[in-house]
Amino acid sequence: MNGRQPPHSASPRAAQTSERQLLVGLAGQPNVGKSTIFNLLTGLSQHVGNWPGKTVERKEGRLVHDGVQLRIVDLPGTYSLSANSEEERVARDFILHERPDVVVMIADASALERNLYLLAELLALPTPVVLGLNMMDVAEAQGIRVEPHVLQAALGLPVIPLVATRNEGVAELIGAVDALTRDPAAFQPARPVIAEPHREVMAQVHELLGGQVPAPYREDWVALKLLEGDAEITELAMAWLPEDCAGEIARILGAHEDAVLDIAGGRYEWIARMVRAAVVHPALGQISLTDRLDRIAVHPFWGLLLLLGIFSLLFWLTFTVAVPIQRWLDVAVIERLQGGLIEAMMGTPAWLSALLVDGVLGGAGIVVTFVPILIVFFTALALLEETGYLARAAYVMDRFMHFLGLHGKSFLPLFLGFGCNVPAVMGARVIDSRSGRLLTILLAPLVPCSARLLILALLAPAFFGDLALVVAVSLVALNILVLALVGITLNHTLFRGQHAAFIMELPLYHRPNPESIGYFVWSNTWAFLRRAGSIILLVAVVVWALSSYPGPGVEQSYLARFGHSLAPVGELMGMDWRLLVALLSSFIAKENAIATLGVLYGAGGEGAGLAGTMATVVSPASALAFLAVSMLFIPCAATVAVMYQETRSWRWTLFGVGLLLLIAFGAGVIVYQGARWLGVGL
Amino acid sequence: MNQPAHVPLDRLPVGSQAVVRQLGGGKELANRLAAMGLSLGSSIKVLQNRGQGPVLVLVRDTRIALGRGEAMKILTEELPGERPPTTA
Repeated sequence: MNGRQPPHSASPRAAQTSERQLLVGLAGQPNVGKSTIFNLLTGLSQHVGNWPGKTVERKEGRLVHDGVQLRIVDLPGTYSLSANSEEERVARDFILHERPDVVVMIADASALERNLYLLAELLALPTPVVLGLNMMDVAEAQGIRVEPHVLQAALGLPVIPLVATRNEGVAELIGAVDALTRDPAAFQPARPVIAEPHREVMAQVHELLGGQVPAPYREDWVALKLLEGDAEITELAMAWLPEDCAGEIARILGAHEDAVLDIAGGRYEWIARMVRAAVVHPALGQISLTDRLDRIAVHPFWGLLLLLGIFSLLFWLTFTVAVPIQRWLDVAVIERLQGGLIEAMMGTPAWLSALLVDGVLGGAGIVVTFVPILIVFFTALALLEETGYLARAAYVMDRFMHFLGLHGKSFLPLFLGFGCNVPAVMGARVIDSRSGRLLTILLAPLVPCSARLLILALLAPAFFGDLALVVAVSLVALNILVLALVGITLNHTLFRGQHAAFIMELPLYHRPNPESIGYFVWSNTWAFLRRAGSIILLVAVVVWALSSYPGPGVEQSYLARFGHSLAPVGELMGMDWRLLVALLSSFIAKENAIATLGVLYGAGGEGAGLAGTMATVVSPASALAFLAVSMLFIPCAATVAVMYQETRSWRWTLFGVGLLLLIAFGAGVIVYQGARWLGVGL
Repeated sequence: MNQPAHVPLDRLPVGSQAVVRQLGGGKELANRLAAMGLSLGSSIKVLQNRGQGPVLVLVRDTRIALGRGEAMKILTEELPGERPPTTA
């Protein structure tokens, strides 16, 4: 157990007597601070993977409390447990099949009634539940008073008040889990029932299911899900039941399509009874901070201006703060290290010294210098998400996304694409319709990811001096323009007449929690560094080897021969073989373009850094074409793999890749020939 | 007394309050709306509605953005206005 221990739990005998092992599922709706609590509970013992056969992230961690070892699984944030999305299916399959000892449900105390809807669903399953009421401080600030012990008495299950951002109540939460599992028979909560008009129908369905539902499913729960119209359970039940029985149930369900409304109604009636004595609402008419901020943030004009302002600020920060640090690292650290290494390795074989200096440091080392730029981006992303602003951005963008046949929700994954296209493609899962999801996946690679922005940040200042920011912004704008044009075209051709439902919560604004932002930035930056140490290092070394042998010199290398064979294509775009090879190596990972350029050009001028050296050899027109193509080029291998995994279709994946190849090539030719025609940058 | 007329949510002016009376659009939409707090009988307040683009409503202390297509399928009974009409 190397994780951080919550207060009061670090007892010295823990290690000797950790006989008891508990499996705990952490459930909750989105935006309730669940991940903050998960981080508090498990600290550094976290293990992140995927749910088997799914693309949903599975986070697991351990903690020891009074000699009990708890294995905590963070379930995806879901509003309910129907099978509408993969996240919901994952959450309920975990509870049904992995049989946790306890489910801890985290609720937002400031929107308790809506949050308890998930509890109503959880209580239909046999697993005992502990309810954590998070954001007690937010509720109080809204004038909402919640009495946890009154709610506990009404619900008949442990209710623990929490303020996760101040680490309040977490130890009590663990204590409640421990106590509940010592006496599971004591778990006798109040449970919701279906509203009166359909109670009889529910009983009929239940009876027809009699004895034919295999474990771990339960008849009453299956009957409930059938009436709700749950696609997965309906399909399963039809397979379990003999034909006449299935037909009879199908007939009943067909005649009571509206039962779903009574189930939801029954749950909210139950919730109203539960909270009646426990929650005091303020008089209406209070104007909260969120309302005041939203007057600007969701305003069709000011909201858009704000969004533009935030984007500009992000770019400005990157170019004025992060880029200078990166260049300093390149010149002052990497080049000095290279110099030192050459001296230190006098007397060792020349190839070994060259491998380390040019291949490892010059290639993969350069990539590591980009950490400051990534930190700026990930901090901004975490901040926008944590404060609740990102949902507003999606809301404001809804109008524009409609032109692309998408709606506001697609803005979120596309925005994530600025960090990395892989989560962008995976993030498309928040979109409810298949066609909307597919279109978002096809468009996502057109969002320039941080690796491509790094290439831009590296080369633009060296080639375009004072105009660097203008060039960089124009190239990003080019990507967005192409994205819009492709979206509009696809919407009017392949995806004509498709419409997706737009339903999205705009969470309350929160003061961001520095710890969770730090955690987010750290885990993403660490993932990048791991990549730099593995795949990028490997590619850098391979590129180095191909560019050094058979020699002598780069000009006589295997790589040069291959690059020269592509010369006719490169000529149209003003790109020599080095730029072409750099472009091709970016398919493995976009950062490789930098690593490759580092190997191929880096041997030159001392003290100028990679970009400075390149600027003396490559013309600005060629550089501009190279940048335009890099920004639009086919997605990296990881993105392509995820595109396939998400679409389950090689046809769509290859369609997306082919489309980008065509666009990138076209843009390269237009940019270079255009610059030549205008007579600039030769 | 006649039954009061039901108004689709997308026709409600900003600042108005109403009770949800009918939900069209099928089981899946009804399920998703319910899970986010919008069910039969819940009272809502319109926070933003500009005649085009999404509608923003407050329901059970939750701000929900709804596309116009979805808002159209939610029939409501407008409550007598307590607040002066805001000029948006």
